[in-house]
Amino acid sequence: MAQVHKQPNYIAIFWWLLALTILEIGVIFTPLARVLIAILLVGLALSKASLVAMYLMHLKFELRTLGLIAITPLLLCVLLVFALLPDLSGTPHHTGGTSASPAESSSP
Amino acid sequence: MSQEAVLHPEIEPAESPLTPESWGKLGMWIFLAADAMSFGALLAGYGALRYGSTDWPHPSSVLGVGLTAFMTFLLICSSVTMVLALAGIQRGDMTGLRKFLALTILGGVSFLGMQAFEWTHLIREGLGLTSNPWGASLFGTTFFIITGFHGAHVTGGVIYLSCYLIRSLLGGLTQRHANEIEIAALYWHFVDLVWILVFTFVYLL
Repeated sequence: MAQVHKQPNYIAIFWWLLALTILEIGVIFTPLARVLIAILLVGLALSKASLVAMYLMHLKFELRTLGLIAITPLLLCVLLVFALLPDLSGTPHHTGGTSASPAESSSP
Repeated sequence: MSQEAVLHPEIEPAESPLTPESWGKLGMWIFLAADAMSFGALLAGYGALRYGSTDWPHPSSVLGVGLTAFMTFLLICSSVTMVLALAGIQRGDMTGLRKFLALTILGGVSFLGMQAFEWTHLIREGLGLTSNPWGASLFGTTFFIITGFHGAHVTGGVIYLSCYLIRSLLGGLTQRHANEIEIAALYWHFVDLVWILVFTFVYLL
């Protein structure tokens, strides 16, 4: 038997998702610091993802334990980023582009 | 399978504790959690490679943001048509189910067509799995693997939903099968959710 719950206003969710997407595009053209743009973009993306999960996937109306199962991958990915931090703390490297910079091509 | 279960196949052995509607829904959630970890690992690896590189091109100046923004819009629209298809079968409106399911599939196919166009354009410009005319070659590697992995999911979703549309057209779906459509919808919304993150991390950041 299907669980009975009040259906969300899907059209309102659509408009919210569309507005947040337009805002994202706008953010990349604003003259803000790169770090601030990155924080804004990640915040907007997580807001959109939450809207999809909570209202379109109906997670808001499910048991809390199911929500914990759903959020676990996000927590593990944050953990993975921290696990990768030691690799990131080294000297930045040239990753082998096909076009060499003028300084590199003229060096002996 | 126990002898009791063989004798009474219509009776489910026990109710799923987290999703009383069906065990299938719980199975789909667990599959999606595992799949999310695959995407998470790919995006974390992308971040690590990009952060460690000195010649990584700025994606929004190399990739077509306008086209991908429209692709995002298409997937959002298809997610809404998917919930409307589910609402249709839940109230017994099979015409509504077929109409919105067809629109969802159309959204998915259009998305794939645009991705094929984007890939063709970039490959002609010299971007490949091991080559990149704008800097770090790993930019091409990560771009094709992440968007390709997502594209494979969209393809899977289109096939999955097409099976239900055909079954519905043949009269094999009734209001009793709403739970199956709900499980398929979960998969489709997940594909949309992942694209929201891929769009931000690979195209905009």
